[in-house]
Amino acid sequence: MSILSAAIEGSITMAAPLLLASIGELVVQRSGVVNVGLEGLILTGALAAVLGTLNTHNPLIGVVCAAIAAGAVALLFALFAVRLAANQVVVGVVINLLTLGLTGTVSRAVFGAQSTFVSVEALPHLFANQTILTPLALTMVPAAWWLLNRTRSGLMIRAAGEQPAAADSSGISVLNLRTVAVLFGGVMAGIAGACLSVGDVPTFQEGMSAGRGFIALAIVTAGRWSAPGCLAAALVFGISEELEIQGQAMGLHIPHDILLAVPYVITLIILLSGSHSSKAPAALGIPYVKR
Amino acid sequence: MQTEARTRRPVPAPVRIIALAAAYSAGLIVLLAVTFAMLRIPVPMALKQLWVGAVGSADEGHLYAISSTLVEMAPLMLAALSVCIAWRAGLFSIGAQGQILMGALAATATARIASAAPIPAPLITFMMLVTGVAAGAAWGALAGLMRVKRGVQEVISTIMLNYTALHIVSWLVLGPLRARGAYRTESDSLPDGILFARLIPSAWSDHIQTSLHAGVLLALFVCPLVYIYMFRTSAGFQLRVLGANDEAARTAHYPADRLKISAMALSGGVAALGGVIQLLGSATGSLSAASFSGNTGFTAIPAALLGGLHPAGAFVTSLFFAGLTQGCRNLEQNTGVSSVVIYVVQAAAVLAVVGIRAFRQRSETEAS
Repeated sequence: MSILSAAIEGSITMAAPLLLASIGELVVQRSGVVNVGLEGLILTGALAAVLGTLNTHNPLIGVVCAAIAAGAVALLFALFAVRLAANQVVVGVVINLLTLGLTGTVSRAVFGAQSTFVSVEALPHLFANQTILTPLALTMVPAAWWLLNRTRSGLMIRAAGEQPAAADSSGISVLNLRTVAVLFGGVMAGIAGACLSVGDVPTFQEGMSAGRGFIALAIVTAGRWSAPGCLAAALVFGISEELEIQGQAMGLHIPHDILLAVPYVITLIILLSGSHSSKAPAALGIPYVKR
Repeated sequence: MQTEARTRRPVPAPVRIIALAAAYSAGLIVLLAVTFAMLRIPVPMALKQLWVGAVGSADEGHLYAISSTLVEMAPLMLAALSVCIAWRAGLFSIGAQGQILMGALAATATARIASAAPIPAPLITFMMLVTGVAAGAAWGALAGLMRVKRGVQEVISTIMLNYTALHIVSWLVLGPLRARGAYRTESDSLPDGILFARLIPSAWSDHIQTSLHAGVLLALFVCPLVYIYMFRTSAGFQLRVLGANDEAARTAHYPADRLKISAMALSGGVAALGGVIQLLGSATGSLSAASFSGNTGFTAIPAALLGGLHPAGAFVTSLFFAGLTQGCRNLEQNTGVSSVVIYVVQAAAVLAVVGIRAFRQRSETEAS
C-alpha cells in the first residue's frame, strides 16, 4: 500500500508541471496559436525562479519572477507570431533556441560551471511532498474548463481559434485576444518551470526542462483540446515517468526507456484514431491577417 | 511596385547570392558583437576566440580547426537540406532530430548484424548508409502518412516521433546493441575499415590527426543533388507549388497526398544520412543516446530559414553555423563563457530576418 501511495504521489508530482504548462498551452491553442516555444518558456521560468529566490530568499517571489520572465518571453513570441503574423513554428523553435542560449549563458555567469552546487530555498511542502503549486495545477483544470466553455471571454477565445475572420467582424480584436492568450500560456509555463526548480530540486541546470515543454504540447493534443482531457493525459505522462523511477528503485528490469516512450506512442495512437483531428481548432497555427 | 520590378534589370544569380551572403555575414557579425556586449562578454576578445576556433590561427595552424568546422557542418547541412525539402512542400516538420537518430540507429544495427558475416568492410559501410537513409525516410514518411490519412499536424507528430526515436535508441544501445565486453553505455566501436577514411595525412598538420573525413565529401555531393531535385525536376516543381499554394496544386491535379508523403520521406532520408555520416566520421563509430541527442535537428531550422530554404543558402549558413559552434567551443574552453551563447545569436538572426520580412510584407499590403 505504501508503495502504491508513494507511486500515486510521485505521479502527481511529475504531472503538476506538465499540467500547468499544458493548461496554458490549451488556452493558447484554442485561440488559434501553436506555441512550440513552450519548452523554452518552462526553462526560462525555472531559471527565473532560482534567481528570484536567490535574491529575495523567498521561493514564492521566485515563482512570481518565473511567471513574469516567461510571460515576457511569451510576449516576444506574440510580437512575431501574432502581431507580425510570422510562421508560428519558426518563432516557436527560435524561442526555444534563444532561451536555451540565454538561460545557459546567464546561469554560467551567475553560478559558474557547476550551477547545481548552488541551492536556494525550496517551496514548503503543504502535505506529503506536494507544494502549493500542485493544488494550483489541479485547480487550473476546472478553471480553464469554465473559462473556455462558460464565459464570454472563453467564447471569444474559441471564436478566434475557429473562425478568426468571423470573430473579427463581430468586433473582437483577434490579435489582442491571441496576444493575451499567449501571455497567459507564458505565465503558466513559467510557473511550471518554477515547479521544476524551486518546487522540486531548488537548483538550476542547463536544459533542465528536459523536453517537458514538448510533452505538454503532446498532452494538449492527446487531451483533444479539452481541460479534463489534459488532466488525464498529464497523469498518463506523470505515471510513466514515475514508474520509470520506481522501477529503478525497486530494481525491476523493465527497460525504462520503453516506459518513457509509451506516452508518446499513446499520443500518436490517439492522434491516429481521431477522425481527422476534428477537435483541433480550425484556425490552429494560421496567422491572422486583417483584410 | 509590379512595373518597377519588371523593368529592373535582373541581377545574375551568383552576384545576388554573394551580395546576400555578404549582407547576412555582416549582419551576423553585428549581432554577435551586440549579443556579447549585452551579455557583458568583452567583444574583441570573444570575436577573436570565435575566429580562432572556427579557422585556426597562425601559431596552431589552420588545418585542424577547418577540418573540425567542416566535420561539424556535414550533418547540420544535411539536416538543413531536409528542412528545406519539407518546408518548401508546406510541411513544417521539426522531425530532423528523430530522423538523424533513427538513421544512426539503423546503421549501427546493420553494422552489428553484418559484422557477424564475412562481408568486406566497404560493403558494410555502404549497407549502413543505405539502411540508415531508409530508416530515416520511413520515420519521415510516417509523419507524412499521418498528415495525409488523418490530418495530424506534422509539427505535433514529428515531436512525438523525435522522442520515440530518442527512447528507442537509448533502449537499444543499453540493451541488444550494447557494446560487448567492457561495461559501456554505448554500442560497439567499429573497426577503422568501416569508418570513413580521414582525408588529410597527419604529416601535413604537425602529426595531429585532423578529423576531416570522406563523409563530408558525400554530404557536399548531396547538396547539389537536392538542388537539382527541388529546382530542376518536375517532381520538385510540384512540391514547391504545393507548398506555395495548395489551391493551385489542387487545380493542377497534382497528386498532393503522394507529394506530401514523398517530401517527408525524402526529408527524413536526407537528415538520416547526416546521422550516419556523423556516426561513421566519429573517432570510434559507437552510438550513444547522449552524444546523438544534441541540437542539430533544431539548429537546422534556423540554418535552413536563413538560407532562404534554398540548398545553396543552407550550405552557406550551415558552414557559418558550424564555424560559430567550433568558435563558441573555443570560447568556452578559454574563457568559461558557455558555448550555448551561440543559440542566442542564431535565434536573434532568424528573428531579425523574420521580423524584417513580416514588416515589409505588412507595409506592402497596406500600401496596395
